[in-house]
Amino acid sequence: MKKLLSTATVFALASSAALAEGKLNIYNWSDYIAEDTIANFEAETGIDVTYDVYDSNEVLEAKMLAGSSGYDIVVPTADFLARGREAGAYQDMDLSRLANAGNQDAAIQSQADNMLGTKDAGLVYMWGTTGIAYNEKMIQDRLGDDAPTNSWSLVLDPKYASKLEDCGIAILDAPTDVLPNVIAYLGKDGTSTNRKDFEAAGEVLNSVRPHLRYIHSSQSINDMANGDICAAIMWSGDAFQAAYRAEEAENGHVINYVIPDEGTNMWFDVFALPVDAANLDNAYKFVDYMMRPDVAANNVNYVWYASGNEAAKANIDPEILEHPGIYPTDAAAQKLFVIPVYSAKLDRTINRVWSRFSSGS
Amino acid sequence: MASPTKTMAMSATISATISGVITRHGRKLVILIPLIWLAIFFLAPLVEMLQVSFTTARRGVPPYDPLWSLGEDGFSHNFNLENYLLLYDYLPDYLGPTLNSLRLAFFSTLICLFFAYPIAWWIARSDEKMRLILLVLVMLPFWTSSLLRMYALIGLLNPNGFINSALLAIGVIDQPLQMMQTDFSIYMGMLLTYLPLMILPLYASLVRLDDALIEAAADLGARGVEIFRTVVLPHSLPSVLAGCLLVFIPAVGEFVIPALLGGPEQMMLGKVLWTEFFRNRDWPVAAAIAMILLAILTLPIILARYQDGRIDREG
Repeated sequence: MKKLLSTATVFALASSAALAEGKLNIYNWSDYIAEDTIANFEAETGIDVTYDVYDSNEVLEAKMLAGSSGYDIVVPTADFLARGREAGAYQDMDLSRLANAGNQDAAIQSQADNMLGTKDAGLVYMWGTTGIAYNEKMIQDRLGDDAPTNSWSLVLDPKYASKLEDCGIAILDAPTDVLPNVIAYLGKDGTSTNRKDFEAAGEVLNSVRPHLRYIHSSQSINDMANGDICAAIMWSGDAFQAAYRAEEAENGHVINYVIPDEGTNMWFDVFALPVDAANLDNAYKFVDYMMRPDVAANNVNYVWYASGNEAAKANIDPEILEHPGIYPTDAAAQKLFVIPVYSAKLDRTINRVWSRFSSGS
Repeated sequence: MASPTKTMAMSATISATISGVITRHGRKLVILIPLIWLAIFFLAPLVEMLQVSFTTARRGVPPYDPLWSLGEDGFSHNFNLENYLLLYDYLPDYLGPTLNSLRLAFFSTLICLFFAYPIAWWIARSDEKMRLILLVLVMLPFWTSSLLRMYALIGLLNPNGFINSALLAIGVIDQPLQMMQTDFSIYMGMLLTYLPLMILPLYASLVRLDDALIEAAADLGARGVEIFRTVVLPHSLPSVLAGCLLVFIPAVGEFVIPALLGGPEQMMLGKVLWTEFFRNRDWPVAAAIAMILLAILTLPIILARYQDGRIDREG
């Protein structure tokens, strides 16, 4: 009886310990964390993590706006976070609760903070660019040495696009990551909020529309790796994933990613706290853990996006650090711009321009 | 606080009352449960959506203003018809995808019918043991995720996919056929997904068709086509209609199949709805589109019921 009692006590103690550490519900982009990060965090802290993923900001936003998402930490892109904050869906992040906040890359964080209009929105997890991915040999075969692989014109000028039609061109299905870049391609300011600029950009896209294989955000990773398409407007990390898959498959396809000379948008994915986060303490613990240099570097080495963490650089694979497509050269960095948060009215115009372009009407 | 005995006595009275109610109103009660279920999970969301379609979009949680409120200055409402007016103002932008959806759904239904009828006939005419096996085979694909089946189809139809590789290898073609991102790939996806929904009602009706009727028709000198036209088809017509509705209605609002297999030219209503909801963040307009779609879709049901009634009267 005594033995039984003590066993019961041990059980009770164990379960109360687990309860004390509690839970943490994380909602992050798919393929956006090293494979062992969550397991390591759980082992170290005893916190029970539920880790869910999404593949578009829109899906995350809809959940946040509907309310009571049940998540404690999410990773929206800055423009979506700004809108969500305006809607009252997020709470401020108290950086004084994060011992490792000082590891953050001040330049990157301040660019994100400028866009968000506050220093309290959250810390940048990773950042990247939108650019052009292309299949080296297929482009060489069709355009020779004159191929403008350093310019948006490779896919936006019908002169070149028509020659690449047979090997396949794809464009991201993300109006706010494509149209501002088309505006930059037209020699205007990529941060424009002028309706006419977006309509002009729509015209450019319509002119290459007949030469496009499809408009889709994730399909191009596989298709690029398999040689089913030869040029695409893609997010940087996706392009590297395609290059990596082609290399793994040893199918002879060499995929390059460039930031076009006309400039492109840079985006930031930010750790943010939903307004109704139930496990706030654990959320802070998690962000602090992710801010450790070794943990941050481990994630970058897996996902191939640039980190918001400066201290992590010591442990990041040199191949990644020296890659101009991930950590742009100073000259290229000059040409990067951050798109502002658009008004609801401009959003509607942008999406109408986009719908007309994508349906070819 | 009630004493235990009192509580027991009370609960006994309650259960006696309940069993009395059940014996007296048993049939109504049996219907009541699914009725409550439908009211909570079907009618309530529908009413909610109708209500949202008359609200005004805003940046907030939820992203629309409440339709009415009971504040200090009493009842106030915020009833807004603009969401429907907006659809009218930009009619061409919405009409194109609507017609496209109706066209793709219509031909998908025809194609399903074309393949399902002979299959249903064959199953219905097989011997009983075989029937069960064949029916299981028809339903078997339903047990795997439709998403996986769509990806399998992509693997077949891709320029570097199985079909193109095979055709290239035996020299039938020297350029891969562009099958993905076309109407063809959408029809293949629809057929793969919805064929069982067409086969099952057809089978249910054809299996009940008495062989004696066919023999009688043959004895009276009717031949194959004539027997089909005068005996088999009229007998199965209600289930043809049922099967067509089961395929047509989900096909009109289909989002996943055109998103995965279709190109952007095949802009369908599902995508338009998605754009309003996720990109414009305009839940009220999205709700208005959904309500109009609902109205369009109930039309064939009403027509079918009318048709049904006529057949019953004539039969």
